[in-house]
Amino acid sequence: MNHPKIFALLVVISVVAFIYSCIVRFRLVSVGKPSDRISRFGERVWSMLLYAFGQKRVVSRPFGLNHFAIFWSFLVLALANAEFVVSGVTGKAVSFMLLPHPVYAALYLLFDVISVVTIVAILIAMGRRFFCPPKFIDALSRDAFIILTMILGLMIAFFGTHGAEMAARIAEGKNAFHYMPVSSAVAGLFAGMAPHAIQHAAVGFWWLHAVILLSFLNYLPYSKHMHILTAIPNCFLRSLTQVNTLPREAFTKDATYGVGDIKGFTWKDLFDSYSCTECGRCQDVCPAANTGKPLNPKQVIHDLKLNVLANGPALLEGGKPGVPLIGTGEHGSISEDAIWSCTSCGACMEACPVFIEQMPKLLMLRRHLVETEGKFPEELITFFENSEQRSNPWGIAPAERTKWYANLDVKPFDEHTEYLFFVGCAGAFDARSKQVTVALAHIFDAAGISWGVLGRDEKCCGDSLRRLGNEYVFDRMVRENIDTFKTRGVKKIVTQCPHCFSTLKNDYKQFGIELEVIHHTELLQQLIAAGKLPISAAAQGRLVFHDSCYLARHNDITEAPRAVLAATGAEPLEMPRHGRESFCCGAGGGRMWMEENLGTRINTTRVTEALAENPDTICVSCPYCLTMMEDGLKDVDAFDRVHVKDVAEIVAEHLREAVKK
Amino acid sequence: MLIVTCIKQVPDTTQVKIDPVTNTLVREGVPFIMNPYDTHALEESLRLKDRYGFRVVAISMGPPNADVTLRKALAVGVDEVVLLSDRAFGGADTLATSKVLAEAIARLAKEDELAFVICGQQTIDGDTAQVGPGIATRMKLAQITLVDRVDSVDLTAKRAVLRRKLEGRHELVESRMPAMLTVVREINRPRYPTVPMRLAAADAPVPIWNNEVLGLDVQTIGLKGSPTKVNKIFSPQREMGEIIGDGTHDPDGTAKLLIDRMLEKDLLAL
Ligand SMILES: Cc1cc2nc3c(=O)[nH]c(=O)nc-3n(C[C@H](O)[C@H](O)[C@@H](O)COP(=O)(O)OP(=O)(O)OC[C@H]3O[C@@H](n4cnc5c(N)ncnc54)[C@H](O)[C@@H]3O)c2cc1C
Ligand code: SF4
Ligand code: SF4
Repeated sequence: MNHPKIFALLVVISVVAFIYSCIVRFRLVSVGKPSDRISRFGERVWSMLLYAFGQKRVVSRPFGLNHFAIFWSFLVLALANAEFVVSGVTGKAVSFMLLPHPVYAALYLLFDVISVVTIVAILIAMGRRFFCPPKFIDALSRDAFIILTMILGLMIAFFGTHGAEMAARIAEGKNAFHYMPVSSAVAGLFAGMAPHAIQHAAVGFWWLHAVILLSFLNYLPYSKHMHILTAIPNCFLRSLTQVNTLPREAFTKDATYGVGDIKGFTWKDLFDSYSCTECGRCQDVCPAANTGKPLNPKQVIHDLKLNVLANGPALLEGGKPGVPLIGTGEHGSISEDAIWSCTSCGACMEACPVFIEQMPKLLMLRRHLVETEGKFPEELITFFENSEQRSNPWGIAPAERTKWYANLDVKPFDEHTEYLFFVGCAGAFDARSKQVTVALAHIFDAAGISWGVLGRDEKCCGDSLRRLGNEYVFDRMVRENIDTFKTRGVKKIVTQCPHCFSTLKNDYKQFGIELEVIHHTELLQQLIAAGKLPISAAAQGRLVFHDSCYLARHNDITEAPRAVLAATGAEPLEMPRHGRESFCCGAGGGRMWMEENLGTRINTTRVTEALAENPDTICVSCPYCLTMMEDGLKDVDAFDRVHVKDVAEIVAEHLREAVKK
Repeated sequence: MLIVTCIKQVPDTTQVKIDPVTNTLVREGVPFIMNPYDTHALEESLRLKDRYGFRVVAISMGPPNADVTLRKALAVGVDEVVLLSDRAFGGADTLATSKVLAEAIARLAKEDELAFVICGQQTIDGDTAQVGPGIATRMKLAQITLVDRVDSVDLTAKRAVLRRKLEGRHELVESRMPAMLTVVREINRPRYPTVPMRLAAADAPVPIWNNEVLGLDVQTIGLKGSPTKVNKIFSPQREMGEIIGDGTHDPDGTAKLLIDRMLEKDLLAL
């Protein structure tokens, strides 16, 4: 006997308990600030279909297919379990049996087969965790095994119930259900048992199924498998802008600046923490986590969740948070060392299967440290002062911005000029990057485009300031630059640096200016395609191309530099991590201006990866990468045999003699 | 107890050019900054405030636009600021400057017991390093220059132990209070203003004391009270160097050549 009344009571209790847990947990998210995650509805639905139901990102990695199998089995079996509950409560009065025979036969065939698929997938998942655990997941976590065991238990109970029921039918002389081949096979195991024993077994397995199912439901909200509830919506709610440009700040007196406690985050940021599957992919790709720094994006999200759970209830009541958000890095707090280790490379966000936005959270915490507490690694004070007083990171006199063209014929930008060449601070002040700037100047002239510079009126684009959390000075810098652009009539900008490029293109929009910004590799690609650049292609030694995070990942520009290199006759080699999966050089996010005292160096890690391709040249498209790669080569004693060159320099070398100056 | 910290607004000298024709300073378009040494004087005042609870007042003698610099002091946490500004103060040398500053400090000291006057070691435009000592002498304060560490302050005994940074050595001194300290840049790392403090400082009032308030004899202040006159400012002519060797084709040989040359001129010690 299945005791429909007792079962119904249990179902009601479980469902009420589940709903209660969900309300308690999800209500906490409402302490966050508003954030629009509904507009562009169609794109969101598509994103959900592709990434949640299609598991596009999940399957891109080993064992992703396994998850795909579990995910889809889960959806299908959700139907089976719904029937299980309904038929259990109604004493089998309502079940799929009411459907026309072919339909329910097909359904049961599906359930039968899918359950086997699930068992296989679960065993693979367990085996992986035991025998080849990847370093980026907590392979033997209790949570994972509880859930895997529960799912396995459900499947066993499923076959137990159906097998026993089938055996009972056979014992009664009826036919087995041919549409449940696996259960029929299981029925064989009961052969020879006394009929009442078979009955007992069927009831026993049925109750096992019932108990596991209801426990599972109530375990979910308290485990990492909460993502079963949140991952699908999270793919719908994701940020649709390519770059996670941080929000602007209103510098009014009663405002808060940056995020110092969870109330400062948006509700979506908090919801993110509930959606983490602890898959560890972000950790696996993070340059900080990979070089022994105290930053692990997965842990950051996990700590955020702990913090929400610890502080949310008090904050909802209008109280104060008890657990600090920025603290020791344990028990629901994030350490300052972790916060400052981020290079803003965005690899974590690119890897996350459920579109959690780790990087902007870290940068918002920086804002709080800088703007509200005045606390940051001490070497940054010079950077901040220099940026504020002299509009460049080095604190060099602005008049020296013109030095690189002291012996060249470079025109100031005026209203008749087409392109503003935004040289950037590195391009104007860094000895090595100035060579790239000069190469670009020659190329622009060779292509006959109309271009000019702002000279001493150019100010830093503010990229590092913003990523380092100094929004106040960034804000001022942007408004000053925009004033200059407007008075000088700037519409089109070509930049040497991907950071200037991304900032002018994406961040400046928030300040009400739409500029047509293009990175030099894109412009070179266009000029070559239009036949405006007289290039003579020639074979070059082994050349490996390193993608800049701010071009490839943040702006999806991976083709242009490769096309340009191909036009010069180079056949760029690819490192294992390339294109949008490129590995950071270590200088982004303002790390360029900071000491790298913790762990090993990011640039040597990357240079070592490049050297594995045995190159003569490492080709870059960014002044930071240039510096980091050269320094890395020096660190590993390879500077005298391998060159680092910007794409522009390689193009300049291949301009036909006739047009060379 | 009171600390008065003296701050001068100076042109950002790295951006000042000398007019090649007139050989005078071209100050147009050059931004003003807080004298870098004074940022350390300010920071030390604030650290002493944090340690012992002093009240800190920042003062500056300068044109009306020097309020910008005083606001920066407010933004890092001084309690009050006073701008000493009057046409009659203009054109002052170190004697006249220290006279005005001393008078202002004396006024402040009437309301609150003076513990320290803290100045920068020197400025980056005048570079005399005389104003601090000038104040001390006029006010008969103990005078401890080139301080790089404040070890302890005994508020009841009114004595302070300080370390001075001298060429190749340190000197530990015990001083009576009130004392005038000038500080070197190594003494501390200045703090960074937070946004709330910046915003508060942006519309805080900056009281101006002119000579009606100070009531000094106009013959003893400003240009009239300055025995020193700066006749001419010019940059020394530098000889053009020469290009030696061929760095592109023979970098090693060129480096050797360069080292030899420098040894010859006694610019390198072996
Ligand atoms: C290029 C140049 C050369 C000069 N040469 C001489 C000279 O040789 N002899 C001379 O008598 N005058 C000279 N002056 C004028 C002199 O700079 C100023 O008159 C005097 O006000 C400050 O002297 P200082 O800048 O050398 O300050 P310093 O004595 O170097 O300053 C020491 C400290 O005193 C405090 N302080 C100085 N000035 C002020 C102020 N206005 N308000 C608040 N605190 C202050 C600061 O804490 C500062 O760190 C010169 C000025 C210039 C621009
Ligand atoms: S942005 Fe890059 S450095 Fe920062 S947490 Fe993500 S992966 Fe790590
Ligand atoms: S944040 Fe995303 S990538 Fe990182 S562990 Fe969680 S789900 Fe995986």
